[in-house]
Amino acid sequence: MQQILEFEREIYAVENQIRELVSLSHMYEGVGDITHEIAKLKKKLRHKKRDVFNGLSGWQKTQVARHPSRPYTLDYIQYLFRGFTELHGDRHGGYGPSVIGGFAKFDQRSLMIIGHQKGRDMQDKIKRNFGMSQPAGYRKALRLMRLAEKFNIPVVTLIDTPGAYPGIDAEEKGQSEAIARNLQVMASLKVPLISIVIGEGGSGGALAIGMGNRVMMLEHAIYSVISPEGCASILWDNQKKVTTAAEALCMTAQDLLQHKVIDNIIPEPLGGAHRNHKRAAILLKKALRPHLNELAEKNPDELIEQREQKFRSLGVFMEEEG
Amino acid sequence: MSWIDKFKSKAGIGKKIPKPTPNWVECKRCKEQLYPIDLEENLSVCPKCDFHFRINSRERVGQLLNPGSFIEHDANLVSNDPLKFKDIKRYKDRLKTATRDNPVKDAILCGTGMIGEHHVEICVFQFKFMGGSMGSVVGEKITRAIERAINEKHAMIIVNCSGGARMQEGIFSLMQMAKTSSALNRLSENSLPYISILTDPTTGGVSASFAFLGDIILSEPGATVGFAGKRVIEQTIKQKLPEGFQTAEFLLEHGLIDQVVHRHELRQMLNHHLSLLKDTPLEALRS
Repeated sequence: MQQILEFEREIYAVENQIRELVSLSHMYEGVGDITHEIAKLKKKLRHKKRDVFNGLSGWQKTQVARHPSRPYTLDYIQYLFRGFTELHGDRHGGYGPSVIGGFAKFDQRSLMIIGHQKGRDMQDKIKRNFGMSQPAGYRKALRLMRLAEKFNIPVVTLIDTPGAYPGIDAEEKGQSEAIARNLQVMASLKVPLISIVIGEGGSGGALAIGMGNRVMMLEHAIYSVISPEGCASILWDNQKKVTTAAEALCMTAQDLLQHKVIDNIIPEPLGGAHRNHKRAAILLKKALRPHLNELAEKNPDELIEQREQKFRSLGVFMEEEG
Repeated sequence: MSWIDKFKSKAGIGKKIPKPTPNWVECKRCKEQLYPIDLEENLSVCPKCDFHFRINSRERVGQLLNPGSFIEHDANLVSNDPLKFKDIKRYKDRLKTATRDNPVKDAILCGTGMIGEHHVEICVFQFKFMGGSMGSVVGEKITRAIERAINEKHAMIIVNCSGGARMQEGIFSLMQMAKTSSALNRLSENSLPYISILTDPTTGGVSASFAFLGDIILSEPGATVGFAGKRVIEQTIKQKLPEGFQTAEFLLEHGLIDQVVHRHELRQMLNHHLSLLKDTPLEALRS
């Protein structure tokens, strides 16, 4: 079933009107020429979408970023890459189904694609643990990054997770160590690494595959140190403060670009990526290509140096007089 | 107000007398009443049940370094509230209160010192400063300490005591994990030792970055160490957590740390490890 977000209602209403008019025009010859009427409505629809989606609040963006129909990593892979072959396992006894990865072709180039996968239907969601990875998922990602490095193949990571899985087994297997190790290894990676937040960038679980030479976000994606729900319950001691928390955390792509934490924003189809997967993928492809070409020119030392400087500079503080 | 209340208030009867400074400290585990001076002399470990109290960063530095060897660095780095964050209180006000109540200007104390014959760069979390949370200042101070260690060829030591990333600085706090880990990668390339000490508590973004990147990872007994908070895990899996879950001993059993070390032995153990890593002659180890 299609999920309609509260602020999308009017958009869907106009869409229904258009659909009815179109089917009416097919059914009866006698209704006359209503193409003008339809065109007017379509224009109204475009304006409506633009108005609504340009003015989304932090919490509304969170809802779009988590939309169940939003394209996931496997959808982008299907539209963007040729010959993707999934590689499995962390080689330490873990499968890690919340993270997927493998080599594929992009243009004429081989790439390593790694991304969180949330799962579309209920069975799939459970299998993927709703995109919340166990340590095995991160260790698999690490293995695949190293593999790509060995063959001098660039790595692209697609980020879409509520966060690293908080569970007993995850703790027993060293969730902290798994994330920490990835950060250190990404810092030393000798090949280009591009990270794109396609939906939810949930804290350490997102960063664990997110230390790119370039970090980009889709227009309605979010990226935060904590979920608005978690923040509301800790700082406000009140679950109902999620909208306030979402605003305060400055977690939208626009916020992060303004704070220079990300390099650029990838536009989404009007009305959000969930309305047109293929179009969303094309827009992502357009954004990805120039960065890949640019980074492919750099040697390993330059890549490491650039990545190091990029993250070295993040942080805001001041030095008081002694 | 009835006449008797008026009388009482005039006479000062029933007025709260300001509490005298408490002479006794109660052990959180065995409830034993302890005399503060005795407790401090015992390195803030309960003499009866061995419970390790949380200690402030300067006390820790005093316990671990050669007396008088500590030179503080970057003491004047302070947060300037990049997100203009406000929850039920303004972040600016929380900072003010924390700065007033603590001997450091953010949640970490950093500097250079000596342990035995070894030069070290040491960073010690100050838990009482907003739960030892990591924002831009903590990340920057740790990164600078690591860079100093590289330049001076010193060993690196971090004493962790933190709930994790500081929410009030949003994404900037998260990015400190990347920044510090990247610096540690350089340290590692320079073959300089890094010993991470986990104390109660070490969780969240601190745990998932430098705390678990130590060449050698030590923990104090009984310390809570983990990625996710207990409450979050319970809410997610809807089960009670087993006894002893996320303790230092639990981590040792699961192969996640090298040693659980009593606070009384910590300084000596650091010296020992540093000597082993630096290929010091065996005689030096015995001393």
